[in-house]
Amino acid sequence: MARKISYKQAINEALDLEMRRDPTVIVLGEDIVGGAGAPGEIDAWGGVLGVTKGLHAKHGNRLMDTPLSESAYIGAAIGAAACGMRPVAELMFLDFMGVCFDQILNQAAKFKYMFGGKAKTPVVIRAMVGAGFRAAAQHSQMLTPMFTHVPGLKVVCPSNAYDAKGLLIQSIRDDDPVIFCEHKALYGAECDVPEESYAIPFAEANIVREGKDVTIVSYGLTVHRALDAAEKLAKSGVQAEVIDLRTLSPIDWDTVVESVENTGRLVVVDEANPRCSIASDVASYVAQNAFGALKAAPQMVTAPHTPVPFSPVLEDLYIPSADAIAAAVNKTTARALAA
Amino acid sequence: MTNNPFPLSRDQLLAAYRTMRTIRDFEERLHVEFAKGDIPGFVHLYAGEEACAAGIMMHLTDIDRIASTHRGHGHCIAKGVDVHEMMGEIYGKSTGACRGKGGSMHIADLSKGMMGANGILGAGAPLICGAGLAAKFRGDGGVGITFFGDGASNQGTVLESMNLAAIWNLPVIFVVENNGYAESTSVEYATAVDSYVDRAAGFGLPGVTVDGTDFFAVYEAAGEIVRRAREGGGPALLECKTVRFFGHFEGDAQTYKAKGENDFNRANRDCLKIFASRVTAAGVVSEAEIALVDREVASLIDAAVESAKGAPLPTPRELLTDVYVAY
Repeated sequence: MARKISYKQAINEALDLEMRRDPTVIVLGEDIVGGAGAPGEIDAWGGVLGVTKGLHAKHGNRLMDTPLSESAYIGAAIGAAACGMRPVAELMFLDFMGVCFDQILNQAAKFKYMFGGKAKTPVVIRAMVGAGFRAAAQHSQMLTPMFTHVPGLKVVCPSNAYDAKGLLIQSIRDDDPVIFCEHKALYGAECDVPEESYAIPFAEANIVREGKDVTIVSYGLTVHRALDAAEKLAKSGVQAEVIDLRTLSPIDWDTVVESVENTGRLVVVDEANPRCSIASDVASYVAQNAFGALKAAPQMVTAPHTPVPFSPVLEDLYIPSADAIAAAVNKTTARALAA
Repeated sequence: MTNNPFPLSRDQLLAAYRTMRTIRDFEERLHVEFAKGDIPGFVHLYAGEEACAAGIMMHLTDIDRIASTHRGHGHCIAKGVDVHEMMGEIYGKSTGACRGKGGSMHIADLSKGMMGANGILGAGAPLICGAGLAAKFRGDGGVGITFFGDGASNQGTVLESMNLAAIWNLPVIFVVENNGYAESTSVEYATAVDSYVDRAAGFGLPGVTVDGTDFFAVYEAAGEIVRRAREGGGPALLECKTVRFFGHFEGDAQTYKAKGENDFNRANRDCLKIFASRVTAAGVVSEAEIALVDREVASLIDAAVESAKGAPLPTPRELLTDVYVAY
């Protein structure tokens, strides 16, 4: 039975279902219970934004608050994964990768290959990504490209509650390390989500709107900006197809290429900074593999090459807007319109 | 029948000696072979430190996990990793422990509880907390031991992990193999405390310092710490003061050492000589038995080098396999 729940509730539900199914699933992170050892409620917080609230009451000490020691507890999750557990570690903000990246980059990502195929590391690292919370430069970045660059890691970034549940369940069952990116501006977004358990396979992009004139590729929050842009464009007679990548590594190249072969035009929207981004990756892949189908140069709509600013007026300019996406689409269609 | 004054049986003493002799010969031979240019990459030799690995690992079984260092050959051998597979790996051959994809700094055998040598200093400490956590959840009585040098003792990962292990009461042991040098930099210069026991105390951990060239001192201290961790008593630190006969890596001219330092250590602080003279002087093990182990180990190492040299290289398709379990 489907009912409307939020992205945040969907993540909570996925964790609950997997913890019920598999006793080796444990959850650890800073404040994920949110009151360990304190005089008040033991699960006062349930995560800094309440995503894991209520799970401690159901699963007890399989949820563990950690000290503010990201290297130690992310590393411990990775080590436990190499020893037969399926830990889900919450890094709170993906920006905090800076203090524990070795454990992800040189340990988790490398074990399988470096040990000649004899290791597996089924760990999930959940973390918030993205701007829009007025949280400034160190709590707002879209660092997905830093992780897609690394062989051995899988990178997931859902745009809605349905995908968040199914992709997190898949991430926990997956035998490779997964960086599960939760867009903080989407936590309250609701959609129909089945009550039962389901897994969404990786590398299956979702065509969230069909269209014949241009392909807009995105993931996370900016999928919604792309849909807004497509709505506006439809009024001027341009039918945009919108693809939600859902997983960035592995990535569903086939769906992207097939769409571009139909539309002949590509706009990639990425909240990350532009250089060596998901946007540049998709644009270059399409240029290399579907050049003959292109009627115009691919366009990228990204954050500027700056840190995330604090002042709301600046931050709003930082995040790719529906207007910017529509303008990029118009650039790809300009030659056709002029002709 | 001679009275045995040692805490190990005659067979155990011979096994300990065999482990240490295997490590020593493995490393001495690599020193020779590396100079010939057949071995790719970096090699960091453990010779001089054998009593640390042997004295600790005699208390462990395959359910116990260790996280090793860049100087990991001795830990591998003492934990039971196959010497042929290790040699094959160091030569970059498909017969290696990691099929030639890891090399000297990444030898691992998870079936033996060996979670890997590690090219990143201090990286094993968080990982072993995870091993301890897994053992605690399973309730299987397993312990985890992370080795690190005096150099890596100053990594934040090690310090964070000591705190984490302490608050979670994990069955984890932090072993500092203090050979006096972080690459070329002295421990006196780089480490603010005189004793790692003082540092352990800062995290609420019991700690003990032993002479790492004395197998029996290591064995007895480790036995107590491992037993305590296994029984739920929590983490501890063991500092083994030891010596490194070779340089940081092969090719290191070691001009930062005192003149004659290596010769002095080999003459006076050689853990194998110290062990052999004690057990033979006590009449528990004969010189002939020691010599027999020496000969057997020599032929094992000969055979390992020969088979590694003759083993097939990885095929080109190996470049692309094992990145993911399933993509």
